Amino acid sequence: MNFSEVFKLSSLLCKFSPDGKYLASCVQYRLVVRDANTLQICQLYTCLDQIQHVEWSADSLFILCALYKRGLVQVWSLEQPEWHCKIDEGSAGLVASCWSPDGRHILNTTEFHLRITVWSLCTKSVSYIKYPKACQQGITFTRDGRYLALAERRDCKDYVSILVCSDWQLLRHFDTDTQDLAGIEWAPNGCVLAAWDSCLEYKILLYSLDGRLLSTFCAYEWSLGIKSVAWSPSSQFLAVGSYDGKVRILNHVTWKMITEFGHPATINNPKIVVYKEAEKSPPLVLGRLAFPPPRAAAGPLSSTESKYEVASVPVSLQTLKPAPDRANPRIGIGAMAFSPDSCFLATRSDSVPTAVWIWDIQKLRLLAALEQLSAVRCFQWDPRQARLAICTGGSKVYLWSPAGCVSVQVPGEGDFQVLSLCWHLSGDSLALLSKDHFCLCFLETEQGVGTAFGQRGDHT
Amino acid sequence: MGDWMTVTDPGLSSESKYISQYTSETKMSPSSLYSQQVLCSSIPLSKNVHSFFSAFCTEENIEQSISYLDQELTTFGFPSLYEESKGKETKRELNIVAVLNCMNELLVLQRKNLLAQENVETQNLKLGSDMDHLQNCYAKLKEQLETSRREMIGLQERDRQLQCKNRNLHQLLKNEKDEVQKLQNIIASRATQYNHDMKRKEREYNKLKERLHQLVMNKKDKKIAMEVLNYVGRADGKRGSWRTGKTEASFFLRNEDEMYKILLNDYEYRQKQILMENAELKKVLQQMKKEMISLLSPQKQKPRERADDSTGTVISDIEEDAGELSRESMWDLSCETVREQLTNSIRKQWRILKSHVEKLDNQVSKVHVEGFNDEDVISRQDHEQETEKLELEIQQCKEMIKTQQQLLQQQLATACDDDTTSLLRDCYLLEEKERLKEEWSLFKEQKKNFEKERRSFTEAAIRLGLERKAFEEERASWLKQQFLNMTTFDHQNSENVKLLSAFSGSSDRDNPTVHSRPRQKKPHVPSVY
Repeated sequence: MNFSEVFKLSSLLCKFSPDGKYLASCVQYRLVVRDANTLQICQLYTCLDQIQHVEWSADSLFILCALYKRGLVQVWSLEQPEWHCKIDEGSAGLVASCWSPDGRHILNTTEFHLRITVWSLCTKSVSYIKYPKACQQGITFTRDGRYLALAERRDCKDYVSILVCSDWQLLRHFDTDTQDLAGIEWAPNGCVLAAWDSCLEYKILLYSLDGRLLSTFCAYEWSLGIKSVAWSPSSQFLAVGSYDGKVRILNHVTWKMITEFGHPATINNPKIVVYKEAEKSPPLVLGRLAFPPPRAAAGPLSSTESKYEVASVPVSLQTLKPAPDRANPRIGIGAMAFSPDSCFLATRSDSVPTAVWIWDIQKLRLLAALEQLSAVRCFQWDPRQARLAICTGGSKVYLWSPAGCVSVQVPGEGDFQVLSLCWHLSGDSLALLSKDHFCLCFLETEQGVGTAFGQRGDHT
Repeated sequence: MGDWMTVTDPGLSSESKYISQYTSETKMSPSSLYSQQVLCSSIPLSKNVHSFFSAFCTEENIEQSISYLDQELTTFGFPSLYEESKGKETKRELNIVAVLNCMNELLVLQRKNLLAQENVETQNLKLGSDMDHLQNCYAKLKEQLETSRREMIGLQERDRQLQCKNRNLHQLLKNEKDEVQKLQNIIASRATQYNHDMKRKEREYNKLKERLHQLVMNKKDKKIAMEVLNYVGRADGKRGSWRTGKTEASFFLRNEDEMYKILLNDYEYRQKQILMENAELKKVLQQMKKEMISLLSPQKQKPRERADDSTGTVISDIEEDAGELSRESMWDLSCETVREQLTNSIRKQWRILKSHVEKLDNQVSKVHVEGFNDEDVISRQDHEQETEKLELEIQQCKEMIKTQQQLLQQQLATACDDDTTSLLRDCYLLEEKERLKEEWSLFKEQKKNFEKERRSFTEAAIRLGLERKAFEEERASWLKQQFLNMTTFDHQNSENVKLLSAFSGSSDRDNPTVHSRPRQKKPHVPSVY
């Protein structure tokens, strides 16, 4: 495992290009494009104001920088550095901006979600989409980039519009049987659209591409409902995480629940491997003050080394009691992610914020649980293999794979608080983002990973 | 004195009746009535007494009776009946006054007694009636007590039942309360969520109002525009087309076509997958069925000789299944009936197999219990033991192989130190050394043997020499004798000469050897030619 130098970053804006060759990062109002392997600066662009959002186009030729405060979007070209494009929303304001899958249109959501303007980089045409819904996930593109599903709300009713991205024609427009549509998401195969209601009602609807309602799923009434939804990459499973702390898996043939995963605070089954992050007591360095500490050891005393220990069942995890009279309570399944081969599902229950639960989808049971010392901030699967990277806001990055898990200290002077991370598409490197800096971690294949391995013991 | 005897005279009793009748007719005061009654009751007594009186005192024993009475009365405390005697021996005169007084006293006493008796009797009656009354009361009270006790038990039972009900109701109430609490919590959380959302919406609304206000007030409107250096070509390289009415429709249709194509592709793909899965599963099931049939059929050959209904059906099943197989291979469609047939036949076979296995299990357990009578059937325990033994053996062999491998590897892989190289060398040469040692030992043995032989030969030679010497001496003596004899006998000379020559030849022959020996013994023997 090699760590690169630390570079400046602002607002956690660091993205790999879709083809994996470049890495774009923002420092205040500057956009820096580096080579993904050598991290040498290829291009440097300057925007008019602080950048709030950066996005690569799908063909990796263009980058858009959205400046929400000024209502501007600036587009830069990688091939032609002198090329520039500026889209000014003016008085309409700007709250969100994204690329279309063909990489030639930009969809700007104006303030108050009044409309979505589709600007074209090829032609002079501009399209408007009225009444978009201001919800958690109102726009979703199919993976092949052909269709766009959009959540709308008209006359106190929710609708979904399916548009063809090639010519922005409306394909289907139908209403959804929801109280307050909270999000929509295409299945990876592009044929099924999942639409779910807000947390006040547990309801998830499945629509076919041509707008027919395929199925409805409702697990229970009255209590707070769906918190998160995730499709498996093979489109075979739909994981629905709810406020009752359970994940329900629906199958693509019957759209009925095949199993539900609970997240109890105590794990009793001895077949489950529980990795607990434990602090290693720092070695006494009396009389060796001048000696520079080795790379794996801590610099300042606050960031102590830690390693994984396999805890023996029964294990009880730290729970967090949510405030009873607050909205959006910190309970339920807040984050879920399937591994790229659809074999594993990683989940985080907000009432046990320090733990990551890893489920085996082939056997439909809990495989492993990782308990960290502080709350888990972000986790992401390697795009190529079943390897999960986790960060908790400390100066370590954690990796889990079915073979074991490892905790790696990010080297450098001072604390490098890893707030977010992002994999390279090949799975060879990992970008670690902190408040003001970022660094790249290059993972070697199979050999020489990390310092301390957690023992797996007699796990079958 | 006199014996008191109560003699009831039948005549007297009739008289008493008469008297009682007489007395009852006259109306008198209750006390006198009472006394009458007492009199009545006492009249027979008096009658008796009368008769007794007459019995007690006759004209003969007046004095005696007077003295007796006097004694009795004085003991009772009455004054004496006699006058005061003036002298001892004079006969005491009956004091009539005293007698009359005594009689009166006695009558009074009698009356008192009668009264007392009456009282006592009345009291007795009263007490008797009281007792009856009390007994009745007691019985009634007991009954009441009994009934009240029963009532109490009944009431207790009811009380218990009611308490049970009460508890149940409490429980229900608690459950309901819990549910109500839960629902209240849910309502509360929903309410907070609603409030939160409402507030958010209101804030946004306010912002909108402000913005609208701003826009309305603001005269200068920022132009909404896009400026670009030059337009970029499309991603797929095609050029944009004009949008007319016709093209719009064609676009629309094209989009619809595309969408349906995508959906159909997806469905076809999924159907293919499912068909493949189905075919696999059907294949597996058919294979299972075939194997099950083949498993069961050799056992069925024996009962085929017996005329049994069950076997008949089994055979027919097998034939049926065989027929089915051929049919199914022809069809290969996913018909409802074909599927049902397949599943039914498999279920049947499975049932037969299960029963068969159970039978075998029973057999095995029986055999184990009874003893090893049947040679064909190996008891499970034996089999298991054998397998365990074999496994142990295998393990041991494996371990041996491993250790040997390790040793071999150790030998080959050890580092090259001086000691070790010498050791190694020694190891390599060990075989040769061993061989050499063997040969050396062989050689030594041979040498020993040779030495022995040599010694024996030398001994033999010495012996031979000695014998020869002896023989020579003997010959010499014999020759001397002969010589001596020769001079006497000439015609024996030729023989002797022959003999001599023979001997001399032999001696010549012998001599060189005798001489050669010492020659050999000489160290410097010129033998070069």
